[in-house]
Amino acid sequence: MSKAFDQSITKALENPNLGGILDRWNYPATRAKAYEGVDFEALRGEISAIKGEAAGHLPELADQFQKSAEARGAKVFRASSPQAVLDYILGICQSKGVKKVAKSKSMASEEIHLNKFLAEHGIQADETDLGEWIVQLAHQTPSHMVMPALHLTKEEVAEIFSQEVKRPLSPEIQGLVKVARKELREKFFEADLGVTGANIAIAETGTLVIMTNEGNARLVTTLPKIHVAIVGIEKLVPRFADAAPILRALPKSATSQLITSYVSMITGPVPNDDGTMKDLHIILMDNQRTAMAADPEFKQALQCIRCASCLNVCPVYRLVGGHVFGHIYTGGIGTILTAWFNELKTTEDIQGLCIGCGKCNEVCPGKIDIAGLILELRRRLAKKEGLSFIQKSALQIINNRKVFHAMLRAASIAQKPFAKDGFIRHLPMFLSNLAEHRSLPAIAPKPFRDLFPEIRQPKGGGKVAFYAGCAIDFVSPKVGVAVVKVLNQAGLEVIFPQEQSCCGIPHWASGANEMAALAAAHNLGPLLAEDVEYVVTACATCATALKKEWPHLLQQQGMGGLVPKAEAVAAKTVMFTELVAKLIQEGRLTPKDGMELQSVTYHDSCHAKRHVGIYKEPRAALSAAGFDLREMNESDTCCGMGGSYTVKQPELSMGMLKRKLDNAEQTGAQYLCAECPGCLIQLGGGLDKRGSQLQAKHPAELLEDRFKDPGDTEG
Amino acid sequence: MYELFKTRAEAAGGLVHRFPTGAEALEFLLKSLEVEGTPAVWAGGSFLEGCAEQLLGAPIPGLALSVTRENAKGARVGITQMDWGIADTGTLVQDASGVEQRLASTLPWTHIALLPTRNLVPDLATLLTKVDPARSRYLTFITGPSRTADIERVLAIGVHGPERVIVICIDDLEGGRP
Ligand code: SF4
Ligand code: SF4
Repeated sequence: MSKAFDQSITKALENPNLGGILDRWNYPATRAKAYEGVDFEALRGEISAIKGEAAGHLPELADQFQKSAEARGAKVFRASSPQAVLDYILGICQSKGVKKVAKSKSMASEEIHLNKFLAEHGIQADETDLGEWIVQLAHQTPSHMVMPALHLTKEEVAEIFSQEVKRPLSPEIQGLVKVARKELREKFFEADLGVTGANIAIAETGTLVIMTNEGNARLVTTLPKIHVAIVGIEKLVPRFADAAPILRALPKSATSQLITSYVSMITGPVPNDDGTMKDLHIILMDNQRTAMAADPEFKQALQCIRCASCLNVCPVYRLVGGHVFGHIYTGGIGTILTAWFNELKTTEDIQGLCIGCGKCNEVCPGKIDIAGLILELRRRLAKKEGLSFIQKSALQIINNRKVFHAMLRAASIAQKPFAKDGFIRHLPMFLSNLAEHRSLPAIAPKPFRDLFPEIRQPKGGGKVAFYAGCAIDFVSPKVGVAVVKVLNQAGLEVIFPQEQSCCGIPHWASGANEMAALAAAHNLGPLLAEDVEYVVTACATCATALKKEWPHLLQQQGMGGLVPKAEAVAAKTVMFTELVAKLIQEGRLTPKDGMELQSVTYHDSCHAKRHVGIYKEPRAALSAAGFDLREMNESDTCCGMGGSYTVKQPELSMGMLKRKLDNAEQTGAQYLCAECPGCLIQLGGGLDKRGSQLQAKHPAELLEDRFKDPGDTEG
Repeated sequence: MYELFKTRAEAAGGLVHRFPTGAEALEFLLKSLEVEGTPAVWAGGSFLEGCAEQLLGAPIPGLALSVTRENAKGARVGITQMDWGIADTGTLVQDASGVEQRLASTLPWTHIALLPTRNLVPDLATLLTKVDPARSRYLTFITGPSRTADIERVLAIGVHGPERVIVICIDDLEGGRP
């Protein structure tokens, strides 16, 4: 990671405005209101089908659009590179004597740095979207795709405007907006040429659809005699009717509105106010989009409708804003677009900002697997640029079970002098230099694998295999013991295959998919050795590997032969609370009578909620066992753990943790519960540092004394 | 459908009135002009043509019936006739291929929009089946006043377009292209 990049993160975190603004907006609530009564899944299904179809036929649609628009009198120019777009616009300006240009918001024009280019040729281009104008006057770049000046306070805007109008202005928003109206009004009238983007370009009819709230696009396309629209070809859709679902979703997702104040649909030139015809130029810009469409993984990124909701919900973006992304497109999708529109290498630093929590995927109206694509970028970067030596050796060690486990055992001894109340400042051995900024838990003196043989197992009531994962095995073995105890209370015999080792998620999350596949392959034999009813895991991260990722990984890494085995494991794997809820329902587990009511707030780990879809079951199990559930605000927002993220991006991780703990503490509950040892390390470490009354617990710990023993139930 | 339209248009910051006849609507329109102030510009449409005679009989001071970029720029009020309304978003839709329609509905502080009540459609998808972009080359959709939240996410009204949008639905008005 470069030092400059590190510093930009620190700077962003220190800017109080960046952290607060999106929180005050409360986007999730306003978005939900806008989507009230709308079947979002169906709507995004429609959009992704339309845009997915379009992405598969870009050249044909561009041809069709060109034909339709030209038939109506527009001039269509097809540009493959940014330079071709710039040259074309300059050509128009020079041949028509254009001196002044008025622009409405266009990310495509930002992508090609149009303003700078025109200025170099003596042509003044003024942004007329309020946010874009502010950013332009401040000589900055937009920090958000929909709200470009989100990072600035009203005081800063007042300062910027004061310089422009050369008189002091007070930081009063309504007044500042009126100043902008007055200043910009003249620019619309003076402009010889208007530049717009388009939200949708309809091939069938040659129509451009442009949405704004301010009304500037209407003026830009009405007052100047020349209109140039710069349209990325991913905006193409086949049919006129295809505009409807996009028009429905975009404003709801972007600004929580049912529709923007203005929508213009322009099909060919219309007369100007002096009776001449509008000189309408439509530039269809490729700039890597067809290359993207040809990539089977990244083709889906063309389904983006640029609503920026993935930014609004991203826990990282919400902490640091857009400028740390360093390029025009920001946030998760911005990272992906930058990798293509610029080049892969430019995302070496910024891809590391993503913690992989998947929040973005949930809200994306284009139904894009944003988190997955960033991971894919990481994989390609790791392949192309190589992992750092430390990272690589660490991951290789984890894959060597005997060495890894021996090291963990050694660590538990070596750390002893430093342990304090179960927490230490530094994790020893190879992780130590990565763990400076937070207290991590001690490695347990005796791993679960050594404790397990001491637990006598019931026979004849069904058999399950327990997959502990490294964290339960070596850090929180008592969670493993509790898991076994609860399962035994249901009469189940638990077996623990000693050959099991790391699930491979650390490798996968680092883009080292080949090592992740090796980890998967190593575990299949041990887990399938005995005929069991279930494979139980009490770790959401491991569950993601076992239930979901192993078959893909093996397939992708040329180990297709093992896929049936991986699928067999996936079919049997359940999360601990998933199984407990089921056992309660089946009457195989019976809560004890007269239990003391205790209160708990539940944190949904990203892996559990969004990767394997387990979030109802733990709540059901805890309620049935007599816990009073107190939901916290944003229970499914990432706690900032994300494996090595915590050590690579400590400041961001801590920022996320703080929000999570604030939300959890506000519930007044006694326990903060999560079925993910990783989350619990993060949450417990944070609570410990704040000296909180709240205790972080695994559901197994809360449940271990809550059920009758098999003997009792019969009585 | 009217009720939904009114609710949604007002939620978006517009004002919606409804009159059974053109005569009553005209009376209200002229009263609104007094409240909103002049100068005003009125871009043509079937309603204006229908009552032109009456207006010309007694010209309204400060009201121009032909629209230019200059008089629209200086106008307090712009009046246009819309073609359709979309109920579930409270949206006005107009074939605004004639430049005077856009000048009158964008540049003044207040936009008074006349709408045949019968041309309300339930939703956007229905509307798209009614319009033909080849014929209506510049289709305009307007929902409430011009707005922005670009500074600190605080809503401000009247950035580049009108601060106020007053919709007058007229039950006995024909026109539009339903
Ligand atoms: S996965 Fe999470 S951290 Fe990554 S871009 Fe999406 S929301 Fe942001
Ligand atoms: S990736 Fe999805 S959520 Fe993000 S801007 Fe694009 S459409 Fe919106």
